[in-house]
Amino acid sequence: MSTEIIKDTHAVEHHDSHGHDHHHHESFIRKYIFSTDHKMISKQFLITGIIMGCLGMGMSLLFRLQLAWPDESFPLIESLLGKWGKDGKIDPNYYMALVTIHGTIMVFYVLTAGLSGTFSNLLIPLQCGSRDMASPFMNMLSYWFFFISSVVLMSSFFVETGPASSGWTVYPPLSALEKAMPGSGLGTTLWLFAIILFIVSALLGGINYITTVLNMRTKGMSMSRLPLTIWAFLLTAILGLLSFPVLLGAGLLLLFDRSFGTSFYLSDIHLNGIGALSNSGGSPVLYQHLFWFLGHPEVYIILMPALGISSEVISTNARKPIFGYSAMVISLLGISFLSFIVWGHHMFITGMNPFLGTMFMYVTLIIAVPSAVKTFNYLATLWKGNIRFTPAMLFAIGLVSFFISGGLTGIYLGNAALDIQMHDSYFVVAHFHLVMGSSAIFGMFAGIYHWYPKMFGRMMNKTLGSLHFWLTFISAYLVFFPMHFMGLAGVPRRYYQFSLIPEFGIWMDVNILITVAALLGGVAQLLFLYNFFNSIWRGERATRNPWHSNTLEWSTDVKHIHGNWPGEIPTVYRGPHEYSRPDRELDYFPQYEKGNGEPDYYHAPSPADTSYDGKKEKASTVFFSSFAYLFMKRAKVRA
Amino acid sequence: MADLQTAPISSTWAGGRSPFNVSYGKLMMWIFLLSDAFTFSSLLIGYGAIRFSYAGSSTPWPSPDLVFNHFPFMHGVHLPLLFVSLMTFILIFSSVTMVLAVEAGQRKSNKEVAKYMLLTILGGVAFLSCQAWEWTQFINEGGRLDSNMFNFTPEAYEKAKNLKLGDHVHFTAADHIPGPVPFASLFFIVTGFHGFHVFSGVIINLVIYLNVLRGTYARRGHYEMIEKVGLYWHFVDLVWVFVFTFYYLI
Ligand code: HEM
Ligand SMILES: [Cu+2]
Repeated sequence: MSTEIIKDTHAVEHHDSHGHDHHHHESFIRKYIFSTDHKMISKQFLITGIIMGCLGMGMSLLFRLQLAWPDESFPLIESLLGKWGKDGKIDPNYYMALVTIHGTIMVFYVLTAGLSGTFSNLLIPLQCGSRDMASPFMNMLSYWFFFISSVVLMSSFFVETGPASSGWTVYPPLSALEKAMPGSGLGTTLWLFAIILFIVSALLGGINYITTVLNMRTKGMSMSRLPLTIWAFLLTAILGLLSFPVLLGAGLLLLFDRSFGTSFYLSDIHLNGIGALSNSGGSPVLYQHLFWFLGHPEVYIILMPALGISSEVISTNARKPIFGYSAMVISLLGISFLSFIVWGHHMFITGMNPFLGTMFMYVTLIIAVPSAVKTFNYLATLWKGNIRFTPAMLFAIGLVSFFISGGLTGIYLGNAALDIQMHDSYFVVAHFHLVMGSSAIFGMFAGIYHWYPKMFGRMMNKTLGSLHFWLTFISAYLVFFPMHFMGLAGVPRRYYQFSLIPEFGIWMDVNILITVAALLGGVAQLLFLYNFFNSIWRGERATRNPWHSNTLEWSTDVKHIHGNWPGEIPTVYRGPHEYSRPDRELDYFPQYEKGNGEPDYYHAPSPADTSYDGKKEKASTVFFSSFAYLFMKRAKVRA
Repeated sequence: MADLQTAPISSTWAGGRSPFNVSYGKLMMWIFLLSDAFTFSSLLIGYGAIRFSYAGSSTPWPSPDLVFNHFPFMHGVHLPLLFVSLMTFILIFSSVTMVLAVEAGQRKSNKEVAKYMLLTILGGVAFLSCQAWEWTQFINEGGRLDSNMFNFTPEAYEKAKNLKLGDHVHFTAADHIPGPVPFASLFFIVTGFHGFHVFSGVIINLVIYLNVLRGTYARRGHYEMIEKVGLYWHFVDLVWVFVFTFYYLI
């Protein structure tokens, strides 16, 4: 069956090639390197993201070794780090460098570019029904800026004084004064250049994503029929577009402070107890405001694509319409809006006016509302579903789990009074690793397993996938959950050796547990890497629509062609979630399939037809209906 | 729809009407400008925050009236903000010629498009030249990224604050003392970043102008490119109005 399809594609492609002369005879360079095809660019983002992910994870394992066995000597560390790993122990300055680059890589390179770049590129044209991005050329530039940015960032490891070491937030004055610590030298300059290149990449990509979604949808693909993935990518791109420029401004000023003697972020301070700066008059708090104006939206830039992906994956694999489509969209909108006005919750202890702190606290806590709507909608979608536990589905459910366990601690931290105690402790590390680290990584894995057949035309191994899920899931909780208790007991983050501080000695066993669990997680990722790369060549061949999914991308041929559809782009007749409609024999109803006497799901619900539940959500108000539904009525959908 | 012809592979595009009824290219320009507006806002808000922190300080923020009071060939005459007003006028005027170019494009009059584009470019170049003069003046008087010599000694300040338009000024270096460093650094950053945008705009306009001369758009049948660069040019102009207000007027 699958080979037939492939043959078929060839035939069609030949036929079509008169109209589109650029389909054939592409050189290797045009096809694989400077490709303007969104599907290839998506793969480039994914592979680069995976490589960066391995590096980021490798760093975390190195510094976890240091934390668990601070007095042990690891020959591995010495051979990897050279002068920074004398006697097999990580140099304290270098510990900070590793933590900084780990955070930067994970936040920006893996979960922003790797996640959004991969799936926005792959899915926006395919799920909206367009031939490519609005500007394929800018799209290619976006990848290459990202690539150069990654190279610049990693090149800081080969600098005499080591990479940037002032944390992924690169706060001044540590980052502004070249002499503050070794990494504040060339390493930080490279970090700033890398981030500026990264911002350019994000903007080029974002402008494209937004334009394509708004302007290039196929016939019938109204905004209310967009898959939730697309809504998430759209809003993510908007967040990036409005927040990254502010980081650009912040970075520019920092660059001038470092290199040209300005003092935007330098107030009167003393270094090592002696001597004021030759130059002062600014304020480091200004940097924090500018940074976190990006920084908080950034965590949603990371999270929202993962939420969108898991919405689709959960709906498809529970064989049920997503519960509360419009509630999902509205909560995404709410989260996007709120994320711009809460940045101050990262700065409660910078001495801001307590009244201002209170306002930031309120708006922060309000974010719990749309987040809860999303959580309950996921649960309600799962409820009584005809669940297929594919690896993608497992990871999507994992995302929901982390979103809950990590999100709840956000309510603690958002509380100004509590945050004064918990700020900069391991409680924070636990919180953000669960809610944005693990959640988003799990969403990314869900996306990879789900759309792998679309990207590579083959299936990943299911058993290995499940094993990968369980090992990763268990290890993530074992690594990050105990950190809550350490944090509550006052263990600070960004310390390189706790055995030097007697009060923290009692945590040594826990630190060992965490490190062992982290190593387990590392092994689990090897399974993934094997599965991923092996399946590219040896996986089972995919069929056109392996998950019996409704969305438009599965109407394209397995083999990729420029322009996506050989003939006309299909028309869309209904929303993306019509699974298990009782009036149909098949338990799915693709968006592009014309029904006879088409009862238009979202636009013209026929009053007599109450048999499937998609209608209810439309009729009822968005928020309370979710709860009413959950507690009073059971979803009526059967397989 | 002429708009759609600019899209490279969407010739067989089957999409419905675009929501804002604009072409993808124009939409992209709008989105880019929105994001660029945030970059400028971050700089201007940073400027505001730093300037505010000097309210009531013993080294006050210099009064722009007393710093930007020079005019070419009018040495020693107190002409507060006159030169920068001229710059503003030039830039706004170049926006007007840009509007005329866009309008001519809609009438598909190649000759007039060319004429007004040229005027717009000249306006941009004139603005940049003025800025170069102003920077030179500023640097000559001791403005540096890392130092600001525009504050007056208390005695000199008593004299300076009573200056009237057209009065003669004769302050020497001895009348000046170091003031808040960010005053000078922000001047360079904010006007420099804006000037960089004007400079890019002039280059882009030049490219478009050459295309107009070569008849590219006449052959294409529409002048949408002019509209796109027009958006950019108006934006740069609008930003200047904010820079002018916040940096010079207040
Ligand atoms: C592979 C599993 C991971 C492990 C074992 C791990 C471990 C750690 C640890 C122990 C720290 C704190 C070190 C210290 O404060 O001294 C840390 C910091 C951090 N991690 Fe991870 N992490 C992992 C994955 C991730 C992921 C997926 C993200 C994505 C959001 C992430 C983002 C960060 C950030 C932003 C920091 C803070 C860096 C800083 O303090 O500047 N990590 N990680
Ligand atoms: Cu935040």
